[in-house]
Amino acid sequence: MKYEAVIGLEIHCELKTKTKIFCGCATSFGADQNTHVCPVCLGMPGVLPTVNQRVVEFGIKAGLATNCEINKYSKFDRKNYYYPDLPKNWQTSQYDLPIAEHGWVDIDVEGEKKRIRLTRIHMEEDAGKLVHSGTNIKDSASSNVDYNRTGVPLLEIVSEPDMSSAEEARAYMEKIKAIMEYIDVSNCRMEEGNLRADINVSLRPVGSKELGTRTEMKNINSFKNLEDAINYEIERQTEVLEDGGHIVQETRTFDPAQGITLSMRSKENAHDYRYMPEPDLPPIITSEETIEKYRSELPELPDARRARLESEFGLSDYDAGIITSSRAMAEYFDAVVATGADAKLAANWMMGDLLKNLNDEGLDISKSPVEAQRLGEMIQLIMKDTISGKIAKKVFKEMWTNTDSPEKIVKDKGLVQITDTKAIEGIVDVVIAKNQKAVDDYKGGNKKAIGALVGQVMKASKGKANPQMVNQLLAQKLDG
Amino acid sequence: MRLYEKPAHVLHDMLVNKEITSVELTEDVLSRIDEVEGEVKAYLTVTRDEALEQARAVDEKIARGEEISFLEGIPGAIKDNICTKGVKTTCASKILEHFVPPYDATVMKKLKAENPVILGKLNMDEFAMGGSTENSAYHPTCNPWNTECVPGGSSGGSAASVAAGTAIWSLGSDTGGSIRQPASFCGVVGLKPTYGRVSRYGLVAYGSSLDQIGPVTRDVTDCAHLLNIIAGHDEMDSTSSEAAVPDFTRALVEDVKGLKIGLPKEYFVKGMDPEVEKAIRAAIEKYKEMGAEIVDISLPHTDYAISAYYLIAPAEAATNLQRYDGVSYGERVEGEDLVSMMTNTRTEKFGEEVKRRIVIGNYALSAGYYDAYYLKAMKVRTLVAEDYAKAFEQVDVILAPVAPTTAFKIGEMAGDPLQMYLQDACTVPLNLAGLPGISLPCGFSSKGMPIGMQIIGKALDEETIIRAAYTYEQSQDYHTKMAKLGGNN
Repeated sequence: MKYEAVIGLEIHCELKTKTKIFCGCATSFGADQNTHVCPVCLGMPGVLPTVNQRVVEFGIKAGLATNCEINKYSKFDRKNYYYPDLPKNWQTSQYDLPIAEHGWVDIDVEGEKKRIRLTRIHMEEDAGKLVHSGTNIKDSASSNVDYNRTGVPLLEIVSEPDMSSAEEARAYMEKIKAIMEYIDVSNCRMEEGNLRADINVSLRPVGSKELGTRTEMKNINSFKNLEDAINYEIERQTEVLEDGGHIVQETRTFDPAQGITLSMRSKENAHDYRYMPEPDLPPIITSEETIEKYRSELPELPDARRARLESEFGLSDYDAGIITSSRAMAEYFDAVVATGADAKLAANWMMGDLLKNLNDEGLDISKSPVEAQRLGEMIQLIMKDTISGKIAKKVFKEMWTNTDSPEKIVKDKGLVQITDTKAIEGIVDVVIAKNQKAVDDYKGGNKKAIGALVGQVMKASKGKANPQMVNQLLAQKLDG
Repeated sequence: MRLYEKPAHVLHDMLVNKEITSVELTEDVLSRIDEVEGEVKAYLTVTRDEALEQARAVDEKIARGEEISFLEGIPGAIKDNICTKGVKTTCASKILEHFVPPYDATVMKKLKAENPVILGKLNMDEFAMGGSTENSAYHPTCNPWNTECVPGGSSGGSAASVAAGTAIWSLGSDTGGSIRQPASFCGVVGLKPTYGRVSRYGLVAYGSSLDQIGPVTRDVTDCAHLLNIIAGHDEMDSTSSEAAVPDFTRALVEDVKGLKIGLPKEYFVKGMDPEVEKAIRAAIEKYKEMGAEIVDISLPHTDYAISAYYLIAPAEAATNLQRYDGVSYGERVEGEDLVSMMTNTRTEKFGEEVKRRIVIGNYALSAGYYDAYYLKAMKVRTLVAEDYAKAFEQVDVILAPVAPTTAFKIGEMAGDPLQMYLQDACTVPLNLAGLPGISLPCGFSSKGMPIGMQIIGKALDEETIIRAAYTYEQSQDYHTKMAKLGGNN
């Protein structure tokens, strides 16, 4: 039997507010343990939460950016569940009236568009961090808790089980990441856990409408792990089913080192969260005016920007897709073009040498040693024929480690293109004299033979001769 | 007459006129504590040295010719579920036996700005759950009028201390009648303000949507002054009202002419002590005499209020009390592993009543029962509130008994929690509706036990109930009587 995968994601997105969701403590990352705490986020007896309005704003913006309906009457609920690192022992979250519901985003996998529906987006507080004395909880004599993260605001973005492959899940999460970056509600630094996903995977026979038993993998925080975990899980479940077995509903953990998922705990005894409306927080009432105000503050979103790059600059769908896949990329592109650089050249250079170099060094574009301004200047040197595309590759390589302007680099390294007709003519003459066979071939009707001659001229000029001029002069001399 | 017998407003004038010093006053109240605390046991913590130090500072200020505020230099005490920075706040529970809050409740901040003398922390039913102060994990408090009787609860310490003269004023908290019922049992004045009128920040939560801090005082005048100090919006409590706070002492006028007073038939329940009913009826006659109009009204959902309350309050309590797990604060009882440590801690450190309500609350919230219990209770709550809203279209205030009986004997109801819960039948409905209510003395039983009556107002209309209470109070002298204790009276 052929099986198809059914995949849904719950993405936790940490918001970039300065203060926590229910108190005034700082949210900044990397502070000394338990320095960003107060009676409220420590859940001391008697304390009460107050809502950080920025969190509500970000929740609404995230909802609007993902085509959700915004609930004008929304409320917080207590989710009663024992977290060793959440001091109140309930999580203030949202249950039946989340801030946003019923949205969608479009994804693109190998040229095929697919719409992924969003069930809901709700606001909640993060938990703290356990610090074990040993390498893990089992071999630790004691465990301490760092409450700095407790109360850091999160959005939980829940999708419908609309994805059917690891690629789609990745594209979906990339799209969510891009949107959250664009609307500036999260730093989306996955390595810091700003964005992490719980993945639900089940299999069903192709054509079946019924959902199979699912497993859940928690806290996946890289795209690679996301794909690997899903692929492993699909394979594992397929084997179980093909062997006539049954999938056990459970929570599994992904071990990136081995590339496998492992059973963490059975979900058979479903948790009873004993949800209750949070009596300490009044409902969140949002007016149409507020919603429209936030809508007007939204920037151009990835899909719209992609369409614009295609129509305005004639970029290919693929190129525009990659360039708009992150706000930093799109802004880099804008900055390159703003220098006066040709948009297509800008796209080519970004997609080519720039991305390759960044990937090789594992750098984010915001940390690129070649800044947008300098890449723009370099492209303009190409446009002015000061350097050829080939020389530009050398210049670009130099720029990676040399902070000088491209112009200075070209000058210092003597990489200026030879556009002096006389100089090129001299080389052309020498090459013609030395390559009688190619000349004869050409004259005998094999026009392709000119290629070899061009190559010789370029070689003799150390790549600096303007290729168009070389072609032109050769043709003149041979045809004349 | 000793100083501790006088209300705060009289003592304030004496301080201003330099007839007494705050140290003299404080020493008098402290010596009263020495005399009768052994019998009454209203306190959990007495901060004697700090109190005298505060008193000395006030005296110096007076000596310098500076003006003093109403409460300045006047000794009072705080229910032990209100967080006091640096002073133990136990909620009368073993689980918070050594808990010293690192912060002050908002009401404490507001009080401290007035420079009163704080004598210490008062006994209560554990986590404010109970109607008799027998559920304290430390010791029961006794009614100053008859030490074989309960002082009521859960603010039993707050009421008993004021009645016994071991505090001139106190703060209590009222979730289902916990200020008004003990005030009634002890013959003092207790006010539950409108929900949200006083910040709950720093009040250790029992039923968050019902809890409210309020004053317990010797008379209505002190009550209005105290409410002035503690009322107002608080940014730390988003459920606190943003409504403007009037000067409640302006409501201290003798005038009920034309005031429409509603008498809800459902509050004069079967099984009510005839002596209580007689005293309330006499008060009604008094109001008529003074020019008020009495209107018979009906609050038809009253019967269901107790049931709704005993689902909503425990549900909220069950989650509020989850934090006491032996990990973060309070006491720990070791176990073999994490779960047994928590189980042992909660088993040993919570009292029976608290455990009972945690179980009820978790049951009511659990999947599959939520709709049948919690949700239905919330609907009843709406109906109860609507009853009042309708009634207040016809009347200005509602007059009712506080409790069906006078203070009962210690241990008398301990084995019958349901009977105990019925004690709250007349007080609980207005907590569900968030309305203000005041309890004030309106007579004594043949056995000499105080009887209280309750005046219920519209939301945020504490002024009218204070006016009605003050007018009645001035027509009689019940509030001037002191309990006989320690052979000094």
